Parts: sequence; C-alpha cells; structure tokens
Amino acid sequence: MGEFGIGQPVRRKEDVRLLTGGGQFTDDIDLEGQVYAAFVRSPHANAKIIAIDSSAARSMDGVIAVYTGQDLVDKGIGLLLNDASYTDRSGRPMSKPERQVMPVAQTRFVGEVLAMVVAETPSQARDAADAVEIDFDPSDAIASTAHALDPSAPKVWPQYDSNMVVHWEYGDQSDVDAKLAKSHKRVAVDLINNRLVVSPMEPRAAAAKWDAATQSLTVHTPSQGGRRLQMALAQQLLNLEPSKVRIISKDTGGGFGIRSKMYPETVMVSFAARELNRPVKWRGDRSETFVSDYHGRDQVNHAQMGFDAEGRITAMKLATLVNVGAYLSENGVRLPMEGGGRIIPCVYHVPDFYFSVKPVFTHTICTDTYRGAGRPEANYIMERLMDAGAKATGLSREEIRRRNFITQEQMPYKTHLGFTLDSGDFAGTLDMALKAADWAGFDTRRKEAATRGKHRGIGVASFIEGAGSRPTEGMRLSLDEKGDVTVFAGTYSHGQGHLTVYSQLVNEFLGVDFDKVKLVDGDTSLAPKVSVGTFGSRSSMVGGAGIKMAAEAIIAKGKKIAGHLLQTDAEKVVFANGAFQAGASSISLAEVAEAARDAKRIPEGMSPGLDETVTVELESENFPNGAHVCEVEVDAETGIVEIVSYVAVDDCGIVLNPFIVHGQVYGGVAQGVGQTLTENVVYDASGQLLTASYMDYGMPRAAHLSHIEALFNEVPAKTNPLGVKGAGEAGATGAPPAIVSAVVDALKPFGIDHIDMPLTPERVWRSIQNSKHGQAA
Amino acid sequence: MDIDVKMTVNGKAVTGKVEPRTLLVQFIREHLRLTGTHVGCDTTQCGCCVVHVDGVAMKSCTMLAVQAEGRSVTTIEGLAAADGTLHPMQEAFREHHGLQCGFCTPGMVMMGVDIARRLPNADEKTVRHQLEGNICRCTGYQGIVEAIMDASAKMAAKA
Repeated sequence: MGEFGIGQPVRRKEDVRLLTGGGQFTDDIDLEGQVYAAFVRSPHANAKIIAIDSSAARSMDGVIAVYTGQDLVDKGIGLLLNDASYTDRSGRPMSKPERQVMPVAQTRFVGEVLAMVVAETPSQARDAADAVEIDFDPSDAIASTAHALDPSAPKVWPQYDSNMVVHWEYGDQSDVDAKLAKSHKRVAVDLINNRLVVSPMEPRAAAAKWDAATQSLTVHTPSQGGRRLQMALAQQLLNLEPSKVRIISKDTGGGFGIRSKMYPETVMVSFAARELNRPVKWRGDRSETFVSDYHGRDQVNHAQMGFDAEGRITAMKLATLVNVGAYLSENGVRLPMEGGGRIIPCVYHVPDFYFSVKPVFTHTICTDTYRGAGRPEANYIMERLMDAGAKATGLSREEIRRRNFITQEQMPYKTHLGFTLDSGDFAGTLDMALKAADWAGFDTRRKEAATRGKHRGIGVASFIEGAGSRPTEGMRLSLDEKGDVTVFAGTYSHGQGHLTVYSQLVNEFLGVDFDKVKLVDGDTSLAPKVSVGTFGSRSSMVGGAGIKMAAEAIIAKGKKIAGHLLQTDAEKVVFANGAFQAGASSISLAEVAEAARDAKRIPEGMSPGLDETVTVELESENFPNGAHVCEVEVDAETGIVEIVSYVAVDDCGIVLNPFIVHGQVYGGVAQGVGQTLTENVVYDASGQLLTASYMDYGMPRAAHLSHIEALFNEVPAKTNPLGVKGAGEAGATGAPPAIVSAVVDALKPFGIDHIDMPLTPERVWRSIQNSKHGQAA
Repeated sequence: MDIDVKMTVNGKAVTGKVEPRTLLVQFIREHLRLTGTHVGCDTTQCGCCVVHVDGVAMKSCTMLAVQAEGRSVTTIEGLAAADGTLHPMQEAFREHHGLQCGFCTPGMVMMGVDIARRLPNADEKTVRHQLEGNICRCTGYQGIVEAIMDASAKMAAKA
C-alpha cells in the first residue's frame, strides 16, 4: 500500500531512539540493589586444577561471595549440553565429553571461567578476582586444526582414542575416486578457512534478578531471542520450571550467530542472584569476549574435482577438518554437515560427491555459528575449485561457471545432503554482475593500473545459501481500541530493523498506518509460546509469513464482527483499504477493533478482541544466492591489497525494504572483506591467544572497504508466502571467494594460484617473493 | 579516597565524587546515568565512547573523570536541539542507514560531527581514513561514510 508497503525503501523507525542515546543495552540497565560479578579465567590452555584458594579474595572490601566449580557440583547445577549425534560408518557414536559450567579438575582453554567473585562494586569484584589464587599443573596443549590428529598431539579428552570427535562420511569414496581418475581434467585445492572472532560491538553481558516470593528468575542479556536460553537455564541448569525463568533483551548490539548460546557467565550470574537473593550484573570486557565468546569458521579443507572435455563437473571429493574447540558447543560440530554440507554443490550440478568430515577437539574456545555458518566455507571451496578448473580446462572463469550452473529447468533440485533448491537464476545473476562491473572492459583498467605500477585483478564468485532453518515461528497481532497494532514476535531484532519491516507488512496487509504499529520482542514472557528467535536470515521468511497469517486471521474474525455490525452475512463482507465493506456500507478496521472489545457488539459466543496468535510452519528453508565481482589493486612492493570496486548482485527473493536489505549486504560484505584481508585468530603452540584485543586482531575499518554497489535479481522463493529469501549472510558468503579470485588474478604475472586468507600485506608480499617468477614479471 | 569533580555536561553544571581511577566514561554512564555513551573495548580502539570535550572528539574511556574538571562535555544525549530536532549528523545517519544495531552509533555520530567541523569538504577516502578509530560490525561503514559526507556538506552550507 503505497509508500510504506512491501518493497519501499522506508527509513527505520528504530533510528531516532538509537541516535539520541535512548538505546537500552544490557549494561545500560540497572537493577535496584545490584551487585557485580567478575570472573577468574584460566591462564593455561591445558592444566590440572590442583587447588583454588579464595580466602584472600573473600576477605577483601565489598566482597560478598566467591564461587568455584565445586560449589556448582554441591548445589546440583546441571551441565552445558549438546544434542548433536553423529556416528561413523561402523556405527560408532561421536565423542561427547561432559561440560561443566566451571570445571572442577581440569581447564581446557585459555579464558575458561574457573571462579566467580561477587562484590558491591565492579572494581571491588575485579580486584578480588585478581586475588583468587589457583594452583595449576599445566601440560602441553594443541591449538592447531591441521595438527590436532597428529599422533603426538596432546589429547584434549584423554578418555578417547584421539582428538577426533567423529569421522562422518557421505557418498561412495571408491566410486568418486574412479570418476575423478577417469576425468578429462582433475584439480585439487588445499584451503584454510581462517578462524575469526565474531565480535558484535556490544560485549557480552548479563544482569539477573531472583524474586524469592515467586521463586522466579529474570535475566537481562543480549540475545538473538531468549526462548532457548530460558529453556536451557530452567531445565538443564537451575532445575526450575520454564515459567519461572524470564529472559529480556531490550537492545542487543549485534549478534552474527553467537548470541543465544548458553555461556557459563550467564549461568553463574543467574545462580549467584538466586543464591544471594540480590540482583547480580556482569559486563564482559572486550578481552573477555575475545577469549570466551565462541569463534567462527576454522576449517582445513582438501578438495578435488574432475571435469569432462567440455568443462562439465564429473565428481567432487572433499575432506574437511573443523576445529570445534575444547568442548562441543551447540552447533560447532554440525556446521560442515548441516550448515555447509547440505548446500554443496552450491550453484553447480555435481553428479557424484564424496565428503569426509573430521571435527577435532583442541585446547581453544569452541567454534559455533558465525554469519553464514558453514555456507561461506562451502561456497569458498566450490569457487576456488571452479577457478582452478578454469585454469586447468582453459575456459574463462565465467564460462566454466555458466557450463556448470544448475538451471531453473533442473529445479526443484535436490542437493546430495538433502536441500531442495526451489528457485534461482544463477546464470542471469552472474550476467548482471559481470555487466554492472564492466567485466568485459577490465583489460583497459588493468593496463592503466600497470602504468601506475599497480597489479590490478578482477574476481568473481557465484554462491548460494540456505536461509531460514527450523522454519517454525509464532506471531501475535493485537489491535487496541483505536485500531493500532502491537506485534508480539518470537523473532528478535538486534540491528535488522524488524520494527520497520513488520510495520510495513502490517500496513500492507491491514492498511494500518505505518506509525501506528508497535513491536514487542526480546521478552520470553511476552513472546508467542512458539518463539525460536532470529538467526540464519530467517525473520523475513518466518516473521513475515507470521504477520501475513495473523493478519488473515484478524481479517477473518473482523469480517464476522463487521457482518454482525452491518447486519449482513460475514461471507458478503470484503476487506480492502483498511475497511470492511458490504454493499454500500463500510466500517473501518479501527471501528471493528473498538467494537470487538465489547461482548455486546460481537456475535454471540465469540471471544472479544482482535488479537490473534498464529504459528507458521513452513516445510523448507529458502535459498538466497548471488554473484559478486571484486576488483583489486595490489602493490607488489608492499603486498597491500586495495579493493577498488565491488559489485554485489543478490537474489534475496522479494525485497521487503531495499534500504534495509542493502544494509544487510554491505554489512555482510564487510565481514567477508574482514575474513579475506585482515581478520585471523592466532593461538600459539601453547594455546595462548595472541590476537586477544582490537590492537592485535584485524577488525575491518572503513578504509579497508570501498563503496559497494548492491543490486538485486529478485526471483521469488517458492517456499514461503512472501517469496522472500534471507539477506543477512549473502555478503559474508560471496566476498571471500570474489576477493581471493581478484587478488590471484592480479598476481597472475607471478604465477601465483592461491594465497590462504587473510591476504595480509605480509602474506601477499611473501607469496610474491616465493613465486617462481621471483621479484617481478 | 574520593575526589570531587565538577564539569558541564550537555550544558548543565554537574558535580560528583569519584575514585581517582574513574574514567570519564564511567562518570558519564554510572554517575550521571547518561547511558548513550557506550563501552565497546578496553584498548581505545572501537570509538563507541566518543564524546566532545570543549567541542573536540575524545574517547571518554581514555580520559579520567578528573581530567575533565571544569570542562564542557557533550554526549550523544546533548546533540539534538532542546525541542528534539535532530542534529544534521543524526538526521543524515537515519537517512543513509548509518546504523543497524545502534551500539557503535553514538560514538560514530560524535566522531562524524568532529570530522565535519575539521574537514568540511572531506572526500570519501578522507572520511574513511578519519574513521580509523571507530569500529562498526553491522553496516560495512557505507551508510556511515555517506551520512558524514552528506551532513558535512549541509553543516558547511549552514555555517
């Protein structure tokens, strides 16, 4: 409906509040009588805990309590659980070590929480935490993914044969080997998908309050939706009824996959609030988030692909090592299979596929979902293989892609591990990107750059994603007596602008003014019972479908009330332009909403009010895809890579608000640029985190990026009523292969085929120095 | 031993008793309860805490409260006009999608005002380099850079 409906670049309703200092992030919330927590963390990656002496800490000013792992055991606090279950082909189950909230006997990564101090002020808590003395017996550690399975590697869990969690396989290896052997051309790539910190800008925090009268707990914490935290805290950890636990996230300063995980600090703050019957608050320092927030990526991949004489793929073989860290996080072990594996072969038809995954334990913090969650890794592998295939077959990079794309005629197309791709115009999207980037005119620009002493390169990546996993979600629309709408969502906006987009949808479906729509989210006590949250680019699909479905329920009920008021059959009532009409008579939605509250003005037996809660249950995810083209200039003297242009063409299905979706693309690309050029988590051989602050870790700054041109090729999804596809993770998926392809293209004169991410000046410079063409071509 | 401090914050005289080690950002957030100024790191990198001290952008995490004695501090809460009219920089951030989650935003806006004051006609490359000390994880900086350039032009035209 006009300027505020679907597809309009509506400015955000969230912004004025956030631009004037009105945000309510967890650390901005004070609870009356609150006291403060500080944590004692392990300085060792692998050590026996001999003794913890907290007597000095306990005697310090303002200290209220000190807790260790033994206190949790004594109080019957539960374990942090993981529900993954994979087996190897002999039926042997994966290794599933127990994870205590705070370990009693052994610490397994630097930064692990070993004790908690609660004091009257934050500085008293910090000072006392520094006074807790722990006697350790340290041993050698293993942090390296590639070496985790070496026979000499220290074992993270000595009760198991090795650091391998499981050897999971798909496909027939001998069949694929035979096909590869018979192929006209074969290529192989070895790729490291670098480990990253997720680093939302708001550090992790929690503030918990225990109400003794009702024996109930309220926890304020950043999240991506609180229901899972609520259930885990109640049922697994604190032995409470779920109804006695309430999670509130007013504002959350970025998520990117690592919020809504059950971290020890959240449990401890909640536990202490109950023990002490006083509100307890904690805000993590940035250095704490570096060592203890879950990390992302961290794979080592060896992939092979065969091509026939026409350059068509014959078979693919992939061996993945993924570093899950010291424990099993909620999703880390699943990512190569459920996240990346299911989307392979990405946008290409691959007749035969063998896949071997070995998740490995190391003495590091766990990895888990990070923007893209397995799909960036999978697409990166495919795109590096396609570039290698282009070189081997002599086809251009764009032509080999065109020859292998899954076509619209082949859809629905089932991937090997069980996704069904419903829609996508991969060739058309690629063509749009090549045209927008003036791919054909690149040589002129390369020559011009050469006159300035710069090596210019261009790269392209086609990719696909799976968005909207677990496609079930609740949604409630409630109209007040004026007809204003409150949306009660199970999703949770933490930067995505749900208030704006949901208001657009309510405006579209009910004709209610954009400004007269409110959103209530981030509170488990107010959310619909079915509340899954916001992750995996799912909210436009499940939240959007929920609003449509709830609006339809409102209209259906409204028709009955309007028919009653207009003294006509409900079947004869039509809803259009925000009003119910029957013949010449008309009554507005607001009037019906007002009447609906009065039992005397509605049909007999009808419950009063216009207030509908629905549960969306879709059958499938959606599959956003795209083609990104990046152009770089490399200074061979310094190794510095400069991105000079970036074109992103994305098929996000129907775009609900291009202003907001562009923002998702830019932000995703920036994280992809970070992974590709600057970001890298480095542990040393003893398991010390060397990149533990923004001084050591290369967060992308504004100057690392250039202007991004973002375009859409809108192919409606068939898997959901709005035809939308997730937009959040495309950028982080498309950027790494596009940029690496561009840099390698720029370095063609040096005979360089590949450089592992991040392509820091040092790595690029070393590659040039070590290249067979030496100093310069 | 606590020390008395007094300064002007958003045009109002304020006083407080602080531990000597209290940072300006702690004074602003915890004593004055102005929570729009955020803390995003502990190493002076992220810029979420930028405020103006005597009209100049400062990272309030890297200054003691006592160092602001007698000075005039403006925080994000004091940037819009008294009647609620947004500052041109705030308006430009809204217009150009210069924020998503909103956590780095107060610091970005305060830094943007400072860039506009010092470099009214800065080109895109200059603005990008000027933002070296401000980290955003959501926006890819595109809307932020556009907003600062747009508001700078408008502020210069008005001046």
